[in-house]
Amino acid sequence: MKIGANFPAETPEGPIEDKWTSYKNKIDLVNPANKRLIDIIVVGTGLAGGSAAASLAELGYNVKAFCFQDSPRRAHSIAAQGGINASKNYMGDGDSDYRLFYDTVKGGDYRAREENVYRLAEVSGNIIDQCVAQGVPFARDYGGLLDNRSFGGVLVSRTFYAKGQTGQQLLLGAYSAMNRQIARGKIKMYNRHEMMDLVIVDGKARGIIAKNLITGELERHSAHAVVIASGGYGNVFYLSTNAMGSNVSAAWKIHRKGAWFANPCFTQIHPTCIPVSGDHQSKLTLMSESLRNDGRIWVPAKEKDVKAIRSGTLKPTAIAEADRDYFLERRYPAFGNLVPRDVASRAAKERCDAGFGVNATGEAVYLDFAAAVIRYGKEKALVTHQDATNEALVLELGREIIATKYGNLFQMYEKIVDENPYETPMMIYPAVHYTMGGVWVDYDLMTTIPGCYAIGEANFSEHGANRLGASALMQGLADGYFVLPYTIGNYLAKDIRTGAIPVDTPEFAAAEKGVQEQLERFINNKGSKPVDYFHKKLGKIMWDKVGMSRNGKDLKEAVEEIQAIRDEFYKEVKVPGDLEGFNEELAKAGRVADFLELGELFAKDALNRKESCGGHFREEHQTPEGEAKRDKAFQYVAAWEHNGAPRDANLHKEMLDYKYIEVKERSYK
Amino acid sequence: MDLKLKIWRQKNAAAKGKIVDYDISEVSSDMSFLEMLDVLNKELTEKGDEPVSFDHDCREGICGSCSLQINGRPHGPDGGITTCQLHMRKFKNGDSIVIEPFRAKAFPIVKDLIIDRSAFDRVQHAGAFISVNTSGNTQDANATPINKGNADHAFDAASCIGCGACVAACKNASAMLFVAAKVSQYALLPQGQVEREMRVTNMVSQMDEEGFGACTNTGACEAECPKGISITNIARMNREFIGSNLKS
Repeated sequence: MKIGANFPAETPEGPIEDKWTSYKNKIDLVNPANKRLIDIIVVGTGLAGGSAAASLAELGYNVKAFCFQDSPRRAHSIAAQGGINASKNYMGDGDSDYRLFYDTVKGGDYRAREENVYRLAEVSGNIIDQCVAQGVPFARDYGGLLDNRSFGGVLVSRTFYAKGQTGQQLLLGAYSAMNRQIARGKIKMYNRHEMMDLVIVDGKARGIIAKNLITGELERHSAHAVVIASGGYGNVFYLSTNAMGSNVSAAWKIHRKGAWFANPCFTQIHPTCIPVSGDHQSKLTLMSESLRNDGRIWVPAKEKDVKAIRSGTLKPTAIAEADRDYFLERRYPAFGNLVPRDVASRAAKERCDAGFGVNATGEAVYLDFAAAVIRYGKEKALVTHQDATNEALVLELGREIIATKYGNLFQMYEKIVDENPYETPMMIYPAVHYTMGGVWVDYDLMTTIPGCYAIGEANFSEHGANRLGASALMQGLADGYFVLPYTIGNYLAKDIRTGAIPVDTPEFAAAEKGVQEQLERFINNKGSKPVDYFHKKLGKIMWDKVGMSRNGKDLKEAVEEIQAIRDEFYKEVKVPGDLEGFNEELAKAGRVADFLELGELFAKDALNRKESCGGHFREEHQTPEGEAKRDKAFQYVAAWEHNGAPRDANLHKEMLDYKYIEVKERSYK
Repeated sequence: MDLKLKIWRQKNAAAKGKIVDYDISEVSSDMSFLEMLDVLNKELTEKGDEPVSFDHDCREGICGSCSLQINGRPHGPDGGITTCQLHMRKFKNGDSIVIEPFRAKAFPIVKDLIIDRSAFDRVQHAGAFISVNTSGNTQDANATPINKGNADHAFDAASCIGCGACVAACKNASAMLFVAAKVSQYALLPQGQVEREMRVTNMVSQMDEEGFGACTNTGACEAECPKGISITNIARMNREFIGSNLKS
């Protein structure tokens, strides 16, 4: 019955809507007295790690949770803006578990495992119930009931939200559940600790080497199972919407120890981010997808207008309607500005590459609220019995409505760009935002290392080749609250007689020695360039050659170039300070070393996938209209087994079979 | 623009700290304040000096990591934002900028501009939660309608990012605004009622144990809060606290 870490994943028998329920009924249980004898390590405290730590501790396991930030509440889930999907059908618009499942599989361009996605849809409603019970203040209407809005790629309203900070409110909910368990002594929290390596004993994950970032000391921590919830690897591009500290290291360390890494090239480039302003740029800021409910995306239709705008002699508001190209509405009339993220991003890049970008770098398009302001203003004037023909009044009323919907985002934009988006259109450009790829896991969320699990963005997840908006929060909390706490029983039920895992063993000593040697190598290196120099260089290759559109020639070059940077990095990197005490540059060096390996595997995976699907666009594989051309031969999960250098990784294919959804051309026209 | 920076440097918690002067040139007005510090750190690293340590992560004003006292004000001269959202266009060529860590007994310095805010975490362990298990059988989310006014006020209180600017702004280094925001969120929601009295008593007692000062209602916390959290929450917590003590 137990699946374990077998590849490819076995999934339960029976109709899809019964699989999870019947499977849960057969999962091995661990009795409450025995749970007290079992330790679990959770690395990362975002939505997935935080909810898993709290739920596992609540069940009675002894949890040790680790985060590199100074508090679990600062994990990058906090920055999610728009919302979380659930198939509650509170709006009565015909939503159901099946529709959420269908939209997610289609949105992911048919590259996700059907059974996992259906399970996700099934537990989505429980997540909302759980969060409300915890005191999460979701948006409500005047009747006191929960409000929903719509996101890209779907035709129902199923997105629950808390103004523009849904991520923070959900994470504070998970953190509050952790607080309750920390107070009971069931979670031991290790803030400002970074996982440096996984320890394997007799083929099983039995602990980690962690670094105390304040003192610089290495620590050995043992457990019966290790859960990796360390988020995504978007920072391999240097510039992304990820937090500065977001990194791949925990996931990469387990990959090097035997966990296969799946679909690394599936990356989400989000269409609405604030464009790069200069070389000093340290990160990019997202403008929520919810803005596309009311904003219209355009560039000038005439090249002479583009030139005038770039030279500052023409204002966008002065361009006549007829001279504007609303390219999403033109190309995708059915979904318009609400096409999925991958489609919207590529369309913006296409216009900018054709020379129609509207800022100095030529990499920006307009997101314009003028039409929405007038529409809302007129409506408000009519319902309040004011003069709807008075243009100034209509503008004023319309801006008030826009402010209540998106006020915090408009303020954020104005602070960064120094332009007033109520008066002039926003400028936006796509940026790296999320990674669908990650550590390969089976139906139990176990990696190919027995006893080592990966959850949330860290695993290769249910989003296939493209994630729909408001699905990341759903998946993180589903894994942590409602899936892992059950499935982990299958493994731990066999561990009740094991007893505490000792740390004074050769396995722990060897892992610690390896970590110590790498740290010493960085500190003692006599290089001349700071860590960021190499990170930026890697990011530029990733963006130029492994970014929004890719081709075989560029990808082959990227694999070579990344390896060359890696060699240069180990020769030339300069890490100031010493091993003891807080040393951010030393922490960064370790993370960038891992990005330099992941980047190569990423390019190799993109090279291998000779088709276009979701966020992965190969220029050689497109329709005459420039749309993505999928290939049935690539209807698989590419799981890579570490084998020395990333370029030598071995490919394993998990073929994807669609029994409940017909695989069709993914059209949003 | 060219700037003179006066930055607090301190090797570790035990060491003695001091202000050190740095000159920085060619700062672009489009840079964020932290990107300006990145440039300084790059120069220091290349010279073989230790870069200035400061807390930062999301750089979009929501994680609450960044925490600088800039020319005497938490998060600097601009209102309603965190340090990471502050841009150099708020400064002019030739300016001197004093950069210190948030100062409070309950926030010991870790290194340079980094402080230890774990006191905030411990206050939350004392009661910032609702005791509900993750069963999957919790009642339906719409079973209990919540008055929109209360729901909105609960959200406003819950928008606290835990940065500690309120403590740094207060002449008494009081944490009342932070604790009151947490207490208010739960006190305003039906789900928070069962543990309401125990929560406020335990959290206030932990707050006192951590060494935060008393509140004397100057309102500096509200003025400097990047999320605009209202001191009405402090009044609400006082009411909750008195009510809880009268009953026990």
